[in-house]
Amino acid sequence: MSTSTGSTTTAAPARSGRIGRVLQKQGALIALVVLVVFGTLRYGESFATGFNVQSVLADDAKYALVALGMCFVIMTGGIDLSVGSVAALGGVVAVQLSGAGLVPAVLAAVAVGAAAGLVNGVLIARFRLAPFLVTLASLLVARGLALYLADARSAVAQPGGFTAFGAWKLLGIPVSFWIVALLFAVGALVLDRTDFGRNVLAVGGNEDAARLMGLPVDRTKVAVYTLSGALAGTAGAFLGAQTGSVDAAAGQGWELSAIAAVVVGGTLLTGGVGSVLGTLVGVLLLQLIFNVIVFENSRGGLQISSYWESVIRGAFLLVVVLLQVRLTRGRRAALA
Amino acid sequence: MAQEPLLRCSGMDKSFAGVPALRDVHMSVAPGEVRALIGQNGAGKSTLIKVLTGVYRRDAGQVEFAGNPVDFTSTQDAQRNGLATIYQEVNLVPYRSVAENICIGRARRRFGLIDWKAVNAEARERLAALDVHVDVTRPLVEYPIATQQMTAIARALSFDAKLVIMDEPTSSLAEREVATLLDVIRRLRDEGVAIVFVSHRLDELYAVCDTITVLRDGRTVADSPISELSRYDLVSTMLGRELTESERRGQHVGAAATAAAPTVLEARDLRRAPVLNGSSVTLRRGEVVGLAGLLGSGRSETERALFGADPVTDGEIHRDGEPVRFASPQEAIRARIGFNSEDRKGEGIIPDLSVRENITLALLPRLLRRGIVDRGRQQEIVDRFIRRLDIKLAGPDQKISELSGGNQQKVLLARWLCTDPEVLILDEPTRGIDVGAKQEIQNLVRELADDGLSVLLISSELEELITDCDRVVVLRDGATVAELEGEDISEKSMLHAMAEGTAATGSRQGGDDD
Amino acid sequence: MTETATAEPTSPAAARRPGGRSWAGFARRYGAAALLVLLLAYNAFFTRNFLSWQTLMDVQLRQAAPVAIVALGMALVIATGGIDLSVGSVMAIAGQVGALTVLGGLPPALAVLLALAVAAACGVFNGTLVVRYGVQPIIATLILFIAGRGIAQLLSGGKLTGFRNPGLQFLGLGRIAGIPMPVVLMLLVAAVLWFVVRYTGYGRTLLATGGNAAAARLAGVRTGRVTMVAYIASAALAGLVGLVVIGITAASDANNVGLGVELDAIAAVAVSGTPLTGGRISVVGTVVGAVMLRLLQNTLIAQGVPREIAQIVTGVVIVVALFLQRRAR
Repeated sequence: MSTSTGSTTTAAPARSGRIGRVLQKQGALIALVVLVVFGTLRYGESFATGFNVQSVLADDAKYALVALGMCFVIMTGGIDLSVGSVAALGGVVAVQLSGAGLVPAVLAAVAVGAAAGLVNGVLIARFRLAPFLVTLASLLVARGLALYLADARSAVAQPGGFTAFGAWKLLGIPVSFWIVALLFAVGALVLDRTDFGRNVLAVGGNEDAARLMGLPVDRTKVAVYTLSGALAGTAGAFLGAQTGSVDAAAGQGWELSAIAAVVVGGTLLTGGVGSVLGTLVGVLLLQLIFNVIVFENSRGGLQISSYWESVIRGAFLLVVVLLQVRLTRGRRAALA
Repeated sequence: MAQEPLLRCSGMDKSFAGVPALRDVHMSVAPGEVRALIGQNGAGKSTLIKVLTGVYRRDAGQVEFAGNPVDFTSTQDAQRNGLATIYQEVNLVPYRSVAENICIGRARRRFGLIDWKAVNAEARERLAALDVHVDVTRPLVEYPIATQQMTAIARALSFDAKLVIMDEPTSSLAEREVATLLDVIRRLRDEGVAIVFVSHRLDELYAVCDTITVLRDGRTVADSPISELSRYDLVSTMLGRELTESERRGQHVGAAATAAAPTVLEARDLRRAPVLNGSSVTLRRGEVVGLAGLLGSGRSETERALFGADPVTDGEIHRDGEPVRFASPQEAIRARIGFNSEDRKGEGIIPDLSVRENITLALLPRLLRRGIVDRGRQQEIVDRFIRRLDIKLAGPDQKISELSGGNQQKVLLARWLCTDPEVLILDEPTRGIDVGAKQEIQNLVRELADDGLSVLLISSELEELITDCDRVVVLRDGATVAELEGEDISEKSMLHAMAEGTAATGSRQGGDDD
Repeated sequence: MTETATAEPTSPAAARRPGGRSWAGFARRYGAAALLVLLLAYNAFFTRNFLSWQTLMDVQLRQAAPVAIVALGMALVIATGGIDLSVGSVMAIAGQVGALTVLGGLPPALAVLLALAVAAACGVFNGTLVVRYGVQPIIATLILFIAGRGIAQLLSGGKLTGFRNPGLQFLGLGRIAGIPMPVVLMLLVAAVLWFVVRYTGYGRTLLATGGNAAAARLAGVRTGRVTMVAYIASAALAGLVGLVVIGITAASDANNVGLGVELDAIAAVAVSGTPLTGGRISVVGTVVGAVMLRLLQNTLIAQGVPREIAQIVTGVVIVVALFLQRRAR
């Protein structure tokens, strides 16, 4: 895929990589649109409006938050396996403080999550430990703390401002989702237009070069892990507000769903390339598959077990991963 | 150009763990001057650059930049003061756009957010100044290396660099791209920017540089306008050869006999741009053939291609007269060829394994009996070679990483020798080891050749090639330019070939037609 | 050809004294064993009937055996420089296949064969992604982690699949010479692996591939094949453990079998002092690690420490092990 045959003064970019890249970037969106259209046509009203949309989006809000944090972490070339447990921890904390009101409860969850993320970040950036292992360890620690705080059972929220939040809607859509949409918009802006965002991509793209260019590599890494933790804590708080209680074992598998969503949304696992909005699309798409399966089942006819969901998710991940491999190989060849 | 120098360094010393890398090095560059910096492996080029740009701190010496004494503590520090470096490996972020790579860290802003329009415009402007016109919004990685280098240069200049150090910028470039780069250098010179140009391609240096500094063994051994140094003198200064002829020591019994011997391995016109441009070498039974050439001449690449370690895009390889195509080292090994890489640490030793394991690694397929390693035979072979090569170690189960460089090299040699090869390809087998071990290895090679082993040998030490080889093939810029045999093998003839690209016809006169 | 300034330090370790005689190196290599001894001593004093055959064999070792076997497979993969997150899902799939086979009236031997074959196929899947397509092991095995459990659940319909087949259950409940079958299997697998690593050509090529893949390749080692075998072995062992686990409960619970086992396995390997970057493997160390971690958990719980805190302690132990690994480099 090397284009060294072109003149150096007016070089044209590699064409063959274009299609693959478009597929990668917009593939998820295309699939999402197709699925929405399919669902609307096939299941009619009950699918495309009202309760279904609300519950899907409310559900998605939590996963989207976690995925947003994961997106930034992966863009730096790292990974955060602790988000599920941190979400549970944040949720338990929020629920236990729910009596104090909505804001203090959520803030507490954010703070706890950020603290966990900070520990991760420092261990990874300053002490140069492998992200996979550090976050694996904090996964255990956070889970343990959550179980401890909740006395190994569920933590039940006090009715009041906190639980009411879960039911708030704006223009028919849960407020939690609006908040998520806002955060994603901000995230996309940060990624595209701020030094921090560009640093994240540079660190993931070529950490040594980033260092040589004088970019604050360590600080950026600490920041993304802290962010990831804070968002995970918030997701836990949302869970508590929406369902009224948080099971101390909640959040299991969230990190992997997040990774899948991020990857499907067009972010390279190796880092350096990413899309915040793509991550949101990825979350919506992967959750929508489950939704479609539920509807398909209720229709009678074909009984698709909900277990197909994980299989399909896995398949999506596989396709995307293979696509990414082909693309990075092509790029490496051009670099040679 | 007799101006006040922009950069002046003198008395530069730098040592690592007691081993000196720079000794009393001096160099000066005036504004608008293009100075060549050249030297062989280990001469100190990289160290000097790293010391000047703040990657390392010097042990002693003075550095003056723009009239002020300086002591940079980091590359950013040097950059801020007008001293920029372009590296051989493009140190930019591949997936970010060209524009971003140029402006990262200094982006123009509007309302606190990056103003991409302005950033792109600035990038376009800067590249245009270098006569490069590309779509700056596309990722850097989509463009050929030459464009990426230009981007790196544009970035360096964007910091208002007064002095740009270019560390081997052309090693990955094709001919046309090199010409463009040289034009850029001339343009920069005309604008008063000073340039230090590091390269081992003599033609480039003579095409664009005004002055030259030659390093050898950490010292400055030449410092003059380039017009006053012929290529021949340059090469001999780099390699430390005086113009006095040195005799070929020792008779090579094999020389006459091997002329009639069958060809065991042959490379014909191997190509893989930009490093191999028509490299050919023939190896006959019982011969020791040396590959001579400067850094970057394609010697290692030729050997690796013969071993199936790297592919070629054109050319043929013949083993015992039959055309072959080794897709992997395994196939070459099966063809009774052995290869020892020059990178002992990265491609040679398995650090955590014992000496025993390291020795028998390539022999494993033949040591197995129904999948189980025949310990008895393994032990016997290991002991035999430890003795034969006189490897100094605590015991065969010692971790190889604990041995000295020379002994590690012997272990690696043993790895190949115990496979009883017909052809042995060696890349700098005596580099970085003590004199005693060196002598032993050289004697061993000769012994084995006399017994019928064919050896292809790369060495940067001309003396070694003279004393050990029956024939020497000289490579230059990836192509075979000369083949010297028997009495014709001399420092003069080798240097001449390396410098000029043609074989001196056995003459003893200096051939400086620059 | 690159210029190497030979005077420059090639690695910080180059200046180290030979033998790795640093306190960190010692702790890394023998920490788990030392901790195990401590725990045994502690329990010998403070836990009633601890030193009885029943407690040691039937409780401690039997509980640790499944994880230990999975950890041994994981150790192989880690030795190549990779990791296998799919082991839990593979356990579930294999268990379900085994249960369904006997429920279909087929002999238990066939059930075992089929289950192992399916597990091995999963290993081939992982290995192909890693070797042929160059996918990072974490992500490659993540796919089966996600999809594999779904596949197992599809096979089970989400329900507990109970069965009664003494033949198949022997793997979980049987005894040989009074020793519980899981422990027998663990010892067997450990012995085989120990032998393979120490005495066979594969063992040598495994360590070479993980130690310096470039050098191994130049020495003619088929690094791709070596890696593939490791992934297949890891999956097959996970499959075996799946059969053991369903044998114990006489039911295949596709929703829960193997949940979290990958973490336990990785922890056991990490704690044994094996670097996660590859090139080394410690069969004995891995088993000791698995047993020690289980004993640690049980000890803490028996002393009234809430399960949750016990989990935290495990997490801390892993971090410490990682830290020591870095220090000892």
